[in-house]
Amino acid sequence: MKPATGSRTGTGTWLVQRATAVALALTLPVLLLYFAAPQPAGFAEWQALFAPRWPRVLLLLAAVALALHAWVGMRDIFMDYVRPTGVRLALYLAVIATLAGSVVWLGAILWSAA
Amino acid sequence: MKFRIYRYNPETDAKPAMQDVELDIDPAGKMLLDALIAIKAQDETLSLRRSCREGVCGSDAVNVNGRNRLACITPLSELKQPIEVRPLPGLPVIRDLIVDMEPFYRQYRSIKPWLINDDPEPEVERLQSPEERAQLDGAYECILCACCTTACPSFWWNPDTFVGPAGLLQAYRFIADTRDEATSARLDNLEDPYRLYRCRGIMNCVDACPKGLNPTEAIGRIKSLLVKRRV
Repeated sequence: MKPATGSRTGTGTWLVQRATAVALALTLPVLLLYFAAPQPAGFAEWQALFAPRWPRVLLLLAAVALALHAWVGMRDIFMDYVRPTGVRLALYLAVIATLAGSVVWLGAILWSAA
Repeated sequence: MKFRIYRYNPETDAKPAMQDVELDIDPAGKMLLDALIAIKAQDETLSLRRSCREGVCGSDAVNVNGRNRLACITPLSELKQPIEVRPLPGLPVIRDLIVDMEPFYRQYRSIKPWLINDDPEPEVERLQSPEERAQLDGAYECILCACCTTACPSFWWNPDTFVGPAGLLQAYRFIADTRDEATSARLDNLEDPYRLYRCRGIMNCVDACPKGLNPTEAIGRIKSLLVKRRV
């Protein structure tokens, strides 16, 4: 069958990938410095680092950005290499479930002890 | 000089093979095309395309030692021996070094490579200022040799849906032209996860272009226009 293209979409996903890349480039060094600089040795020190609200919010936002970034990247890989529509759709759903589940799980962990 | 040349005749050969060729030629001042023509004089069954022999027509694009180049402007002296000559990758081989360019031309046609202007024709030419004309520099010089597009993995995987660097550079050439009135329709035509956004910006096209053009930059400008139109 002839390929059906020209859907007038794609700019949005491309923008999401670029925007999340910038967001990660800005937030990851901050988080890394915040958690690595005090050299936490035990559970109590780790827990103290998570006590203020802002590192938890920032970490969760970074995780959301990472998940969106990874989604666009995985989608691109599947678009290139997985041709059967059913298999591709199943893979899309598996990736979405994994990424969304991971973000929700991270949120639950971050706010469980507070 | 030692050559290894890709040979394939689909009518007689089961599969392609590399042929070792020894040629007595002084590389000084000679181009690869001179050597290929001399080899063809020895063995007339070797098939290749060539026409202008000075890098203007774009007929003799081949893969030389792993890079897509025009045989007629590739000096023999700068090539490592044995010089491996293959047809352009990613396109069906018709015979030996001749490939079927149709998938490439089909994508080129899909971007409507002509000026679209419905205004009444003026008495004289449709004039441009020198600044407006300068916007076409780096975009109009393409000779459609397909060196860039066949060096692009995205085109290898999606030749039916991805326009490819040469087609996108030409698309930009008409988007940038002040005499063209179909800018929105042209952007609509490209705004697609496959047609434009299969480009991952790896710049193989820039590396391959024998005319020193920069399709990646043109693709970036198209993306900027799409983003501006959207946000």
